[in-house]
Amino acid sequence: MQKIGVFVCHCGTNISATVDVAKVAETLAKEPGVIYSTDYQFMCSLAGQNLIIDKIKELDLTGVVICSCSPRMHELTFRKAADKAGLNGFLLEMANIREQDAWVHKDREEATLKAVALGRAAIAKVALNEALIPGESKVTKRALVIGAGIAGMQAALDIADAGFSVDLVDIEPTIGGLMTQVDKTFPTLDCASCILTPKMVDVQQHELINLMTFCEVEKVEGYIGNFIATIKKKARYVDPDACTGCGLCTQKCPTKNVLNSFNLNLDNRSAIYIPFPQAVPLVAIIDAAHCKKLQEGKCGVCAAVCAPKAIHYDDCDKLVENKYGAIVVATGFNPIEVHAFNEFAYDQSPNVITSLEYERLMSATGPNGGTVLRPSDKKHPKTIVFQQCVGSRDTTSRGKTYCSGICCMYTAKHAMLTREKYPDTDVYVFYTDIRTPGKGFDEFHRRAVEQYGVHYIKGSIGKVVPMSNGNLKVQASDLLMQRQLHIEADLVVLAAAMEPDKSAKHLAQQLTASMDNDGWFTESHPKLRPVESPTAGVFLAGACQGPKDIPSTVAQAGAAASKAIILLIKDKLKGNPCVAHSAENMCNGCGACANVCPYSAITYVEKEFRMPDRTTLIRRVASVNPAVCQGCGACTVACPSGAMDIFGFSNKQIMGEVDAICQ
Amino acid sequence: MQSEIIKRTVELFNSEEIVRAIGWRKGDFDYDLNPSIFKSSEDLEKNFVYNDFSSANLSKFLIKISQKEDGKTLVFLKSCDTYSFNSLLQEHRISRDKIYIIGVPCEENLDPSKIKAALGEDVLSMSCDGETVTVETLDGTKTISKSEVILDRCLACKSRKHVVYDELFGEEGEVLDSKRFDQVEILENMKPEERYSFWRTELSRCIGCNACRDICPACTCEKCVFDNRDSGVENKVATNDFEENMFHIIRAFHVAGRCTDCGECSRVCPEDIPLHLLNRKFIKDINEFYGNYQAGDDIETLAPLTRFDAVDVEPSIVKTRENVK
Repeated sequence: MQKIGVFVCHCGTNISATVDVAKVAETLAKEPGVIYSTDYQFMCSLAGQNLIIDKIKELDLTGVVICSCSPRMHELTFRKAADKAGLNGFLLEMANIREQDAWVHKDREEATLKAVALGRAAIAKVALNEALIPGESKVTKRALVIGAGIAGMQAALDIADAGFSVDLVDIEPTIGGLMTQVDKTFPTLDCASCILTPKMVDVQQHELINLMTFCEVEKVEGYIGNFIATIKKKARYVDPDACTGCGLCTQKCPTKNVLNSFNLNLDNRSAIYIPFPQAVPLVAIIDAAHCKKLQEGKCGVCAAVCAPKAIHYDDCDKLVENKYGAIVVATGFNPIEVHAFNEFAYDQSPNVITSLEYERLMSATGPNGGTVLRPSDKKHPKTIVFQQCVGSRDTTSRGKTYCSGICCMYTAKHAMLTREKYPDTDVYVFYTDIRTPGKGFDEFHRRAVEQYGVHYIKGSIGKVVPMSNGNLKVQASDLLMQRQLHIEADLVVLAAAMEPDKSAKHLAQQLTASMDNDGWFTESHPKLRPVESPTAGVFLAGACQGPKDIPSTVAQAGAAASKAIILLIKDKLKGNPCVAHSAENMCNGCGACANVCPYSAITYVEKEFRMPDRTTLIRRVASVNPAVCQGCGACTVACPSGAMDIFGFSNKQIMGEVDAICQ
Repeated sequence: MQSEIIKRTVELFNSEEIVRAIGWRKGDFDYDLNPSIFKSSEDLEKNFVYNDFSSANLSKFLIKISQKEDGKTLVFLKSCDTYSFNSLLQEHRISRDKIYIIGVPCEENLDPSKIKAALGEDVLSMSCDGETVTVETLDGTKTISKSEVILDRCLACKSRKHVVYDELFGEEGEVLDSKRFDQVEILENMKPEERYSFWRTELSRCIGCNACRDICPACTCEKCVFDNRDSGVENKVATNDFEENMFHIIRAFHVAGRCTDCGECSRVCPEDIPLHLLNRKFIKDINEFYGNYQAGDDIETLAPLTRFDAVDVEPSIVKTRENVK
């Protein structure tokens, strides 16, 4: 016999202003199986919870229905209360009469009817609920941080400082990420290297951080607390333990005309190289595509000059497999390619560059040792035109619809630094809107305009025409003055939009972490769980989640690290008992469920069945690994025979709810 | 053709390559053939028939038989039947290594109901000689042009190609441009109330015999949801007109993306309900949403509705349909 208690919450006036809660309680009292029904002002308060606990004990309730807010809000609260009273928490159901009723309706009568229908559905379901007991799994006390830019480094340092081992993986031969290419940082204008390189050294020297540079995460399996990652160590051809970073090989290497990607191809490097003088680890690497020895078999100069014998031409990619309890994703961003924006003539003139390229031109470790010289003829530019929003806030297929967030600030920085260093230079900035909402940001921008005399013009370049002397004819519109401008510029700098790093997509597939339409990782809740991925045990740090500046990136990395620490500090995790299971006698073994399972939780086993005529038959049937299953339910709808079902959300329970609503 | 097929099958029996054959057996009338198991070459020589009435799709019978350990089973498959075979193979319902397939060529099959409707019920025998069907009736011999009495499904034949076989009689056929969605389009272009009334008229004739389900090569569940008390649909039949309204629609959902459009459901329906149109509507929708897909074309391609592709993490691969009416 069912003995169900119904508790209808006022939620202050959140619900009771639109729903006649007393009437809902009164009507639901007449439902089959209900022996107690009441309304109360705040069910989630201590007094409200005690009311539930008392009634469960007093009336020996077999099921409880709370008509209140979304289960996302308080299901756990109420389940705990039921558990306290000795009733299995999974024998409690919530009817969401706030978000799905009171908040979205105006008509009191209709909203009340809907509340009753939702309550009925929950009663019908709870009558079919079974007590469920969550399983437990151990936590591997090791974290994987993917991406060793400023976000990944910060997260790794924080997790390691809490006492947990961290593997910090980066696809590049050095850690540091995009910030290594930045000259100065806004709004304080301190040198990026001065704040970044000490952190890189901290990371290298931390005894709990295992650096894995020039490595790629190939595959991730498993689940929260128990991930198994396969990581590819790409061939470096230099033994990082033996190499002292003396750089002799890079000087002696005969192939010196390889484009230097660190300086964004603005100068050249040798085939064996050290990315930049502060690289961590400070170890050489051979660019296999350009090495004569590896391509043609002739040369071997670097091995000959290497005193510690660190060069190994027979090096090859290796796969390593490791177990982790938590994963922090910090794959960051890149500026978009600007080739599609023909009007700016990026492909036609070397004097049209991107902002990051300008950053390299200004940097002391850049191609000109920090002197700004235009690429075509190494002359000092006297007129520089900056174009903002190249591909940002762009609804055409060439660009991105979002605002990249940092371009207003770094363009102001570039303009200001240029005027500071070269006061005889005319600087124009074409902008759509100026967006500077950070702390001290607007003051920074105003300084550029007011103190440094940068010509800020609302509008856009219409066309850039390269001339034979390397100068650029810039035709632009000034929207405020409503006039066309013609500027002869020496250099045009394009503030290219941000986009997620290319490696992010493959990683998202491996982690079954969701991405938005632009390829940014989505957070579990935009406000309340901003650093958690919807995949349990995966956390997000930095610009992989959306455009961000350095302060926000570091803050988010710290937050992601603390969430990872909260997970790693636990010895055991309670699993979700609402997982799929297959009724073997009904399973056809057709494979539909395994095909749609995003977590690879379903395998097939050969099972012996007794047939009616006393014979036995071996059939292939589905088998679910409850530790891997996330209870998404994709398999239950794919299963043609209805053999696949989910504990806590069985087909029968859902049909029960539907029937109750359709009554 | 029939004698050639028998000759070859007898050889296979004699060489012990096969232990049984599934084929079409002579029935009470020569237009009424029964799908049947032949356990010996003698039985086959005497009772096997392959003619314009050999319509039954034999692939579904292989589910139980291919689990037998005693040897290979031979099956005769027409081109459209081979799609069902592949589909069953893909769903692990049959063991390929226990089966020997003879692909038999198929011109259009004839519809006895159409012949009777045209020439009267008192039919003694029917035979077809190329373009003319000769029918012996109690009133004497009558003839009718073959094109008037072809099975509906054969009029919209999607393929003469055998997608799987061990041995093929006749020429290799080709996939045809069938225009099979024309009828679906007519339904799509109806007003909702017209369409509702069309289906009510058709489905209200259903006598609940389950022939469509039992013949369907995609309906192979160990336990059908309609026979399962726990499924939540079984017990509703008695209480209202649910079965009539919903049985066929639920069934169409269950075979959606897996139906090869073999047309057996409509062929066996004693009430001539055009059930294949429900399935075809799904096939058309799937083609429009996810790109063209023919169930059973091969065994590697996963069906669009049961495919989880790593590249469609988000955004989803679902496209909006053009020209939604």
